[in-house]
Amino acid sequence: MSAPTQVLFDEPGPKARRNNIILSIVSALVLAGLIAFIIWKFADAGQLDAAKWYPFTFSQIQLVLLQGMAATLKVAVVASLLALVVGVVFALLRLSSKKVISVPGTIVLEFFRGVPVLLLIFAMFLIFGNTIGAFWSVVIGLTLYNGMVLAEIIRAGILAVPKGQREAAMAIGLRPGQVMSLVLMPQALRAMMPTIIAQIVVLLKDSALGFIVTYQDLLYQVNLIGREYNNLLPTFLVGAVLFIIINMIVAGIARWLEKRLQRKATAPVGAEGLSAKAAG
Amino acid sequence: MDFPQLLEMFLSGIWGTVKLFTVALIGALILGTILAGMRVSPTPVLRIAASTYINVVRNTPLTLVMFFCAFGLPFLDIRFGSTSSFNSFIYATLALTAYTACFVAETLKSGISTIPVGQAEAARAVGLTFGQTLSQVVLPQAFRTVIPPLGSVIIALLKNTSIASAFNNRELISAMRNAIEVRGDLVIPLLFGTALAYLILALILGRVFDYLERKLVILR
Repeated sequence: MSAPTQVLFDEPGPKARRNNIILSIVSALVLAGLIAFIIWKFADAGQLDAAKWYPFTFSQIQLVLLQGMAATLKVAVVASLLALVVGVVFALLRLSSKKVISVPGTIVLEFFRGVPVLLLIFAMFLIFGNTIGAFWSVVIGLTLYNGMVLAEIIRAGILAVPKGQREAAMAIGLRPGQVMSLVLMPQALRAMMPTIIAQIVVLLKDSALGFIVTYQDLLYQVNLIGREYNNLLPTFLVGAVLFIIINMIVAGIARWLEKRLQRKATAPVGAEGLSAKAAG
Repeated sequence: MDFPQLLEMFLSGIWGTVKLFTVALIGALILGTILAGMRVSPTPVLRIAASTYINVVRNTPLTLVMFFCAFGLPFLDIRFGSTSSFNSFIYATLALTAYTACFVAETLKSGISTIPVGQAEAARAVGLTFGQTLSQVVLPQAFRTVIPPLGSVIIALLKNTSIASAFNNRELISAMRNAIEVRGDLVIPLLFGTALAYLILALILGRVFDYLERKLVILR
């Protein structure tokens, strides 16, 4: 006998199967109605006219959208790399045995983790915007916020490495820095890789905030094209699909890595507890 | 503009944030629970619909969702009320609700999967239907198990309300930007004050969740 896969209902009998079919049809009709309503609304607003979609055949428009996508990816890649560096540094600061290092580190971390990332981007833009420009305002804002989140993830990973690893490394005469960089950090990063990538997906999504400080990313171009050709919704849909594809690819990589790593090593206890559930 | 006026501006901004947060929170909890229920329901169509919705919206940046609500819905002639500020508020609420509900649903679903099978079996044995099992046996327990992760989702919602400032909604960040416009000499104190306001709000929320967790935790 196989274990029940569904907790909540039994294997359906004849009557339940019939009810199920009726319910399926009803809910399918309701959903179809909902979708039809949305399409009707779109058509009513004239957003489905061929003329509204025609601009996407212009190579100029395609180029602008691609440029927007490249700009979005550029922010995300630079900020991810910097956030990883910040994450490692702050994880080490917080793990330091010296209070003068760990306490300020904790305060700074809690501060940047606790405020909206948009506020950090604005802060950079308002204080240094004239010298560093929109690109770096967005990158630094994203780096500060996500770096602190990554620091907590990495710290949890280091703490979860079995104690014997550190002891053994010290016993063979490695210096504390070597213990960390050669033994503990590689294991921590590897165990936490799925969670780290999940956070990078969050960063990627947040990179759309660049639009708000006039950084010319995908959303900015969508807005521009949509207003220029009076086809905001078609452009929006194209932009959304591009965004969702990028995110699903990165999320897919995360899942693949998780499976791969699970086969090779068991993730430390508590690793999932930290997984980026945050909706930011 | 002197200090009392600035303070007044900020307080109205905080009120705007709290209002947006509260309404969106209620909406997200309701929609999230419905989505979670759909995902575990015996009807395949509902399961597929819910998981498609969750996967699509969760992978969309909130800025994009809000962009659609604030700029797209007026295009489709979907408006609420007569004033533009009320409209902006509803658009922002819709976006935050639609987005956060996905995370609420995911969290709840993982909570549901921690409920021992025996609970649902017992519920069925005493003759409860699927709806009754879900609403009276499984969900109450699931909510209590997921309080800590739900807390982080809700604190993220608080921080996400800031994005509404870019779409004409009046809240803390828009109050800060207005204040900076008139008092350019105070940029850094104003930024710092705003950050502090968010930290305090998040701290209060964190306390509430600690309390709820202590009160409602299920020991197994």
